[in-house]
Amino acid sequence: MKSFKTFSGIAAPLIRVNIDTDAIIPSREIKTVSKKGLSGGLFAEWRYLSLESRKENPDFILNQDPFKKASILVTGNNFGCGSSREHAVWALSEWGIRAIIAPSYGSIFYSNCIKNGILPIVMDGRVISSMSEFIKDNPEENRLTVNLIKNEVSYSNEVIETFVIQKQDKEFLINGLDQIEQTLQKNSIISEFETLHKKTNPWLNAS
Amino acid sequence: MGSTLFEKIWDQHSICDLGDGNELIYIDRIFLHERTGSIALKSLEERKVPIRNPNQVFATIDHIVDTFPGRGDKTLMPSGSDFIRSLRASVKGTKIHFFDIDDPNQGIVHVVSPEQGIALPGITYICPDSHTCSLGALGTLAWGVGSTECEHALATNTLIKKKPKLMKIMVDGILPLGVTSKDIILHLISQHGADGAKDHAIEFMGSVVENLEIESRLTLCNMAVEFGATTGIIAPDNKTISYLEGKAFSPEEDFNKAKHYWSELKTDQDAIFDKTITIDCSNITPYVTWGTNPQQAIPISHSIPFVDQIKNKNEKESMIRALEYMGLEQGQSINNQKIDAAFIGSCTNSRISDLRSAAKILKDKKIADNIRAICVPGSSQVKKQAEEEGLDRIFKSAGFEWRESGCSMCFFAGGESFGENQRVISTTNRNFENRQGKSTRTHLASPMTVAASAIAGKISDAKSIGIEQ
Ligand code: SF4
Repeated sequence: MKSFKTFSGIAAPLIRVNIDTDAIIPSREIKTVSKKGLSGGLFAEWRYLSLESRKENPDFILNQDPFKKASILVTGNNFGCGSSREHAVWALSEWGIRAIIAPSYGSIFYSNCIKNGILPIVMDGRVISSMSEFIKDNPEENRLTVNLIKNEVSYSNEVIETFVIQKQDKEFLINGLDQIEQTLQKNSIISEFETLHKKTNPWLNAS
Repeated sequence: MGSTLFEKIWDQHSICDLGDGNELIYIDRIFLHERTGSIALKSLEERKVPIRNPNQVFATIDHIVDTFPGRGDKTLMPSGSDFIRSLRASVKGTKIHFFDIDDPNQGIVHVVSPEQGIALPGITYICPDSHTCSLGALGTLAWGVGSTECEHALATNTLIKKKPKLMKIMVDGILPLGVTSKDIILHLISQHGADGAKDHAIEFMGSVVENLEIESRLTLCNMAVEFGATTGIIAPDNKTISYLEGKAFSPEEDFNKAKHYWSELKTDQDAIFDKTITIDCSNITPYVTWGTNPQQAIPISHSIPFVDQIKNKNEKESMIRALEYMGLEQGQSINNQKIDAAFIGSCTNSRISDLRSAAKILKDKKIADNIRAICVPGSSQVKKQAEEEGLDRIFKSAGFEWRESGCSMCFFAGGESFGENQRVISTTNRNFENRQGKSTRTHLASPMTVAASAIAGKISDAKSIGIEQ
């Protein structure tokens, strides 16, 4: 997993509320038992005029210049609600999205982001509105700078907005550690717990 | 100060504090399906990380498999059989409990789980599927996870998790006849928004919840995720205990021990919740959604709101978009809106009691001309039971297709759909754009409403077409 600390990028304002993971990647775009090869299906229903021809819909923001190169998505509340499919995050990441800015997220989607190196930034709707205005003014030049070390998003050289993120999520994003490996190191305390847990609750054994 | 039910189960499974609010939580049971479980298992295989305790893992085939009679591995969804075969290959030779396509206990993961006694009160339970919250109805601490978290749980029997905030939802009053838990949850979401319970785990309490049968409680908790909640839970009671007795994976010799533990498992009187919502059910009438999000729901007798009634700019835009997608006008009444299809199925409303309540309405009746109606039982067990009771004959003679169990047209995996611009009244849980197929217009409702609407050929409350349950 790519780790990151700070970067600047083109941001695409896709201001809609309740964008669900079915919209981020429709189910039938998930064609193989794999975490890869999903970016073509990203927002497929909105991105293409027809799913068969794959002809791009020129009205969809991610098909327009310079948003084709966006690495930040600015969006409405409850982004990523709905299905738990991690494919939504894999598709966003493969397409090039590294951070999302929204007032709130679907909770499974949020943790899927963290696990896959996408930074889900929570910001107030009003901040998002003014950010969008700034971006739309000159999308190529008016980039956003995300600084995960300082918990900041800055734009227009002077406006700096801070955000809150759990310490552990932040460390995980910065260091890109493998959580399974880390937890397996605690195997002895897990086993100790497990033995006692099963002894106290003998009815737990599934056989 | 006392603790809530959620906290009691949580604390009992907390192995250690990892700082920053995170805890290492022990996971008792894991359920997988071919859609997302296949990827989690394959990914672990590739990394050569073993499953820590396969005996605590279950798997079923429900999402992509066809539901036509005589189905096999081959699916209408192109490449769908790859998911089925991949899951089957991964579980082969392991101790994972597997319900294959032809297994008499196969079915939708969240239907099989309570039916087989896999979800139990007081245990922690995960599945890489968002509607895992359904199982909270049994007093199970159950929630949906992504594939990566699922891999973590398979490999370590644990998850790293921060305790969510807690919300109490008091469901009081007297539920009028013909109103179901589906209507309650749609009412709740419509009043408080699709992210109304964001960051919270909900406990449903109150006299109405106590009076609900287990299957209706499963419907209620099923849609907790559509309310933005991490999960929902209901304290186990005598109904829960008798429901679980004798189920395949319920405790046998230790049942009494378990029973004793379960009957004590409840929120203390003086426990504190971060938030409380109270709803009075006495005035709730059958609900239906008009838009593309479960929050866009109204009583059938009401009209769709006017755009100007919505203050928030983004919500307003979302409403305009939804109306356009659904082919509806602001201010119009939803009652008597013509439909093209009716669907009874999904983990929300495909259990035997759901089928019985629909069949009661369909008995000796015919669906309207030019309507396509499909009933997909939630599990092979539900299907068998329904056939023993003769419900299949009622559905078929009314004009419904009678299918094998699975998720079917609850979502569009590239297999079947009702078609573009088709208006479907559906017992499912998501009315998102394109959820049931490209440009398909979904209206969520209870099985009774769906059955009544199928007969009328238009959106109708069972009562309004002269049917009293
Ligand atoms: S029935 Fe629908 S909502 Fe339920 S698990 Fe299957 S696809 Fe998901």
